[in-house]
Amino acid sequence: MGIELRKVSKQVGAETYIYETNLSLEKGGFNVLLGTALSGKTTLMRLMAGLEPPTTGELWFDGENVTGVPVQKRSVAMVYQQFINYPNFSVFDNIASPLRVARIPAGELRQRVERIAELLRLTPMLQRFPNELSGGQQQRTALARALVKNAPLVLLDEPLANLDYKLREELRDELPKLFKGTGATVVYATSEPLEALMLAGNTATLHEGRVTQYGPTAKIYRTPNTLLSAQVFSDPPINTANVNKKGDTFHLTDAVSWRVPNGFAGLGDGSYTMGIRPHHLTLGTAPKNAVKVCATVLVAEISGSESVVHVNVEGNNWVSESHGVHPYKVGDSVELFISVERCLYFGSDGQLLTG
Amino acid sequence: MAKIALEHIKHSYSTQLSGPQEWALKEVDTVWADGGAYALLGPSGCGKTTLLNIISGLIIPSQGRVLFDDSDVTSTPTIDRHIAQVFQFPVVYDTMTVYDNLAFPLRNRGVAEDKISARVREIARMLELEGLLHRRASGLTADGKQKISLGRGLVRENVNVIMFDEPLTVIDPHLKWLLRSKLKELHQQVGATMIYVTHDQTEALTFADWVVVMYDGTVVQIGTPVELFEHPQHTFVGHFIGSPGMNVLPCEVSDGTVRLFGNKIDTASSLLPDPDKGTIEIGVRPEFVRFDAEGFLVEIIKVDDLGRYQIVEARHEDHTIKMIAGEDVEIPSESPRITFDPHNTRLYADGWVVD
Repeated sequence: MGIELRKVSKQVGAETYIYETNLSLEKGGFNVLLGTALSGKTTLMRLMAGLEPPTTGELWFDGENVTGVPVQKRSVAMVYQQFINYPNFSVFDNIASPLRVARIPAGELRQRVERIAELLRLTPMLQRFPNELSGGQQQRTALARALVKNAPLVLLDEPLANLDYKLREELRDELPKLFKGTGATVVYATSEPLEALMLAGNTATLHEGRVTQYGPTAKIYRTPNTLLSAQVFSDPPINTANVNKKGDTFHLTDAVSWRVPNGFAGLGDGSYTMGIRPHHLTLGTAPKNAVKVCATVLVAEISGSESVVHVNVEGNNWVSESHGVHPYKVGDSVELFISVERCLYFGSDGQLLTG
Repeated sequence: MAKIALEHIKHSYSTQLSGPQEWALKEVDTVWADGGAYALLGPSGCGKTTLLNIISGLIIPSQGRVLFDDSDVTSTPTIDRHIAQVFQFPVVYDTMTVYDNLAFPLRNRGVAEDKISARVREIARMLELEGLLHRRASGLTADGKQKISLGRGLVRENVNVIMFDEPLTVIDPHLKWLLRSKLKELHQQVGATMIYVTHDQTEALTFADWVVVMYDGTVVQIGTPVELFEHPQHTFVGHFIGSPGMNVLPCEVSDGTVRLFGNKIDTASSLLPDPDKGTIEIGVRPEFVRFDAEGFLVEIIKVDDLGRYQIVEARHEDHTIKMIAGEDVEIPSESPRITFDPHNTRLYADGWVVD
């Protein structure tokens, strides 16, 4: 149940927007579509909504084949990155509009609008017009309109992208709570890995029109099936390098090496790709079981409570991320520690190697 | 390049001359060093754009003076202030080549073509636009165009100050990394006084040596990124910088001790404020809260697994306390108790730190 894409693809002219995809999103679940611009998030949502028919394949919703059923005949709520409200309607009338279309009696309509407004902290703004509201309030109005319908399928296309980050922080926290227990299947598109982790639920990683992996958010973050999935789900980007396996040792260079973890003993000697997430490449004090490398600072970025330091390690451009504020200068020489137990290894086909 | 002094600046947009004023800027009195990289950071409506416009000469302040290197420019028109400005959206002549776009500010001022050529090539090299110099600007992507705008801001050598007004808004999140780093590098190469206006903490803290945090028409703190993180002078700074922001909790001060929910709390504030003088609160960042069997009892509401760390939402009576726990920290399942790191716990009276 929930929404199911069976061998769905989308072709526009000579271009393939979505390659054949099988994806089944659980009913009542919170699902994140994670990928960069042009990875196919919006197309996938438009297919789910029935705004576009698939070129091949079928779309099933709650056990019913809805392929080709237009959006007007489906009960879908959608919120976009751009706040869309009726400028000449008050907030109350904006929220009430889908209920009016559905001819809900006045008493019930008022009740439902007021309940949703309360939930989204819009009660004091009900008589105002959209242009008298802040960006956050306008987007909350759009969200309220989507919620008030009690649609069984809610599609949110980067709904927080245009808001101040403090407000985003707040709404990210609230959104999963708002949908919890409503039974609605929610699909949320974002280009930010951290946002996916905050929203939790399940995540599908997308790359150039293909779903590369789908599963519980934290799980697929920790065990990406391929290097590509790891790259989609990593911001700052996951650090990669070639390592050479010789006997029981992985060599990054002649001087930098570490023991092959137990599970990988069966792996043949040769060249592999290793991936290490930026927060497992640390500056300052050495964590246990870490291997030291020397690096030159390219630039240090600070985000309030996190420092992201871009470095050059043995010819690789890597990124180190750590908590706290560490203002390194361009050109500084630093020591970095690779927590080798956290390394991921990929074969030449990009598949994750498991011990 | 110039030192910029803002002497007792106040500004009101209302034309009413008597009676209580609504100040868009309440009082700004500060000196910014020649060659410094400054960021004006705050939510929308905090007055940062007003201050920027006062510096650029688009607004003459209701009160106070603006000095560039000790000469009064308060009522000097923008054109005579020798400033360069880069806006939120790219301002590019589509029909001109990249080269001609970059050369435009110099040609306008009658600079000789050979000098122009040398300078344009230097700037193009810094921004990695060399390969595109003879392309028409119209064919470029949004970030390519914004790079040209940045280049035009940097191309003149004799400017007093270069101002950036949210220059990365239109840039795809994955490219922001690159441009943020680039801007920092450019400041180090060019050495001009730069002012960067943004509501994004990462942009501000990455770019600037000094961050000017504004809130409700007031500068609440001017500090280095480290100072803003470790010593917020105002609860707003603690809240706005860092994600999640600082916990601000009500407390009682009596008999020389600070109590939170009846528990004695050690803080870094050596002086105890007079409890009759305004609201006294405790401020502690989520980074400085940890599980401790000796601490006070809380209820755990929610744990967000963000991969590299966990955000724990705990509650004591009606108060939410957020804490950051490492990815390997086990969340106690029975009667969790927490404490605050006293060196990083401060008292605030009516929002301002007690030191």
